[in-house]
Amino acid sequence: MDIHEHQAKDILATFGVPVPKGGIAFTPEQAAFRCRELGGKRCVVKAQVHSGGRGEAGGVKLCEGEAETRAFATELLGKSIVTKQTDANGKRVDRLWIEEVSQIAQELYLGFVLDRKSERIMIVASGHGGMEIEDLAEEDPDSLVRMVIDPAAGLAEYQARELAFKLGLNGPQVAQMVIVLKACYRAYRDLDAMMVEINPLVICDDGSLVALDAKMSFDGNALFRHAAIAALRDPGQEDPRESFAADHDLAYVGLDGDIGCIINGAGLAMATMDMIQLAGGEPANFLDIGGGASPERVCQAFRTVLSDSNVCVILVNIFAGINRCDWIANGVIKAYKDVGIELPVVVRLSGTNVDAGRKIIEDSGLPIISTNTLAEAAEAAVLARSQRIAAE
Amino acid sequence: MAILITNETRVVVQGLSGRIGQFHAQEMIEYGTKVVAGVTPGKGGTTVLNRPVFNTMREAVEHTGAEASLLFVPPAGAADAMMEAADAGIKTAVCVTDGIPSQDMMRVKRFLRRFPREKKMRLIGPNCAGIISPGNGFMGIMPPHIYTPGRVGIVGRSGTLGYEAASQMQALGIGISSSIGIGGDPINGSSFRDILELFEADPGTDAVIMIGEIGGPQEAEAAAFVRDHMKKPVAAYIAGLAAPKGRQMGHAGAIISAFGESAQEKVALLSSCGIDVAPNPSAMGETVARILSSSQKAA
Repeated sequence: MDIHEHQAKDILATFGVPVPKGGIAFTPEQAAFRCRELGGKRCVVKAQVHSGGRGEAGGVKLCEGEAETRAFATELLGKSIVTKQTDANGKRVDRLWIEEVSQIAQELYLGFVLDRKSERIMIVASGHGGMEIEDLAEEDPDSLVRMVIDPAAGLAEYQARELAFKLGLNGPQVAQMVIVLKACYRAYRDLDAMMVEINPLVICDDGSLVALDAKMSFDGNALFRHAAIAALRDPGQEDPRESFAADHDLAYVGLDGDIGCIINGAGLAMATMDMIQLAGGEPANFLDIGGGASPERVCQAFRTVLSDSNVCVILVNIFAGINRCDWIANGVIKAYKDVGIELPVVVRLSGTNVDAGRKIIEDSGLPIISTNTLAEAAEAAVLARSQRIAAE
Repeated sequence: MAILITNETRVVVQGLSGRIGQFHAQEMIEYGTKVVAGVTPGKGGTTVLNRPVFNTMREAVEHTGAEASLLFVPPAGAADAMMEAADAGIKTAVCVTDGIPSQDMMRVKRFLRRFPREKKMRLIGPNCAGIISPGNGFMGIMPPHIYTPGRVGIVGRSGTLGYEAASQMQALGIGISSSIGIGGDPINGSSFRDILELFEADPGTDAVIMIGEIGGPQEAEAAAFVRDHMKKPVAAYIAGLAAPKGRQMGHAGAIISAFGESAQEKVALLSSCGIDVAPNPSAMGETVARILSSSQKAA
């Protein structure tokens, strides 16, 4: 789960990371007030959206005084900004962060991630901040310093010092860096984060270290023990189709194609998407309906897929282990009645109670295209799609 | 022969008293698996499916000599239950639970390292369908009837995609020695490489199919192992050719976040290590048939 920059800064500040002074604004008036609070002169106005690359997309501006702050806020609020990390629709700006200006002498990169190779938390840092980590890894890989943390011992002070020296820091900055590193590590560990990124971490003209930007994301599986973090979820930043699915406990990812997918199991869902692409189509979504899918759950899955107006065919592919094909078949029929389906539906059932499931589909008299294998199902869906497009 | 589970393996079920635990334990018993006990804290002294239930893993192991454990424990308590199994002397634990926090798994892996090699528990999963040696027994949630006994090993992250492979092989008359689900989480107990090592050493296995997906370094590590250490032929399929970068595809671990983690990159790497990669998920069965016939010709 992602949170906003200002929330990440608040959290990291409580652990001891120095951050610039600033305040949040939801209206142009509030933005002007925040500018006044900071002295009424120069301030930085930053769009709060769950995406990097906001500066290049016009979401960050240095404003001279209240009038310019209000004007920029008026322009930005309610607008969507498209960054290289968002899709073409971009992300809506509902809030701004207004902060004091920092005098930058040097920019550093600092990130904490889960390293899947060592299966531990890893620090990635660089003396060249400001760039995205992917670009940094490509353009200046030698500048990257990596350090793995033993979960039993935690981040040792000598490790933090070593990292600071590797980044070329000296004097009092080393001690400051140790504080920042230990604070980020504790925040990551205590709050079950998946990522903490300070980019850039700046060395100011006066020699002090400040987190100019901050990004945190959290392990969705651990939110049950972090109610305060879970409350930071901002549905306004999510794809509405994905919010709907998440509210119904379905694993759903919206994509750009037009063949809607309802599948059990993440691996089979990915494989079905691959098969659709090989057959010449494009999947509209990833959807894993999970184990033990009741007819009601199948209906919710249909509603989720149909919330995407691009969808023109629905492919249901179930290999039942804990699931039962007869439940799924009844669910599909219930969806026809309750949800009202006008699009072609291709169904492939396999596994537990397959014969009963297929019979229910056949006896229903509904125009369901029943198939036996994964390849047949994908081909039938692509064919139904082209027939529908030709008919329109 | 098979790996990890035979008809002699004595299995305890952690969470036997729950509805899901009981349902799957029943299926396992009907299939011939030696389920000897259950563990549910607070339910010690009761019986479920005519098996004694204990409060602790230590008691269960002392009284029944169980050597394997299957966990149906909710996410918040699953890591603790795995560590309890390891401490009680269990040799093989299979965890089905989906949704365990990553840092809990980090702690489990660190905990397992404190045991000397010969006493270290082998953990399979979490977030997996389980393990089966067709005709001998199984620990997990898979439909056992789709697996024909035979001499090909299956190792994969996804449960249902593993079923798909097993049924394609069944349709072609190819049997399975053991099928191992290693699960879809970013931190798991056993990697592809760990399981390939067991199949390579198993006299009952002639060939292996490895079913991977986007995300993480484990397929690449396994490919290097195949190239450098395996004599048996290996087929593979990698799911997620159509998956976009940076989006999590259901499994917590199925996300392309670094170089070499896309399906295309993994397919290229596996092929360069001599692995026969199925071009699409419908061709898993025929790819296995192909590596079997070419290895017979070579012999």
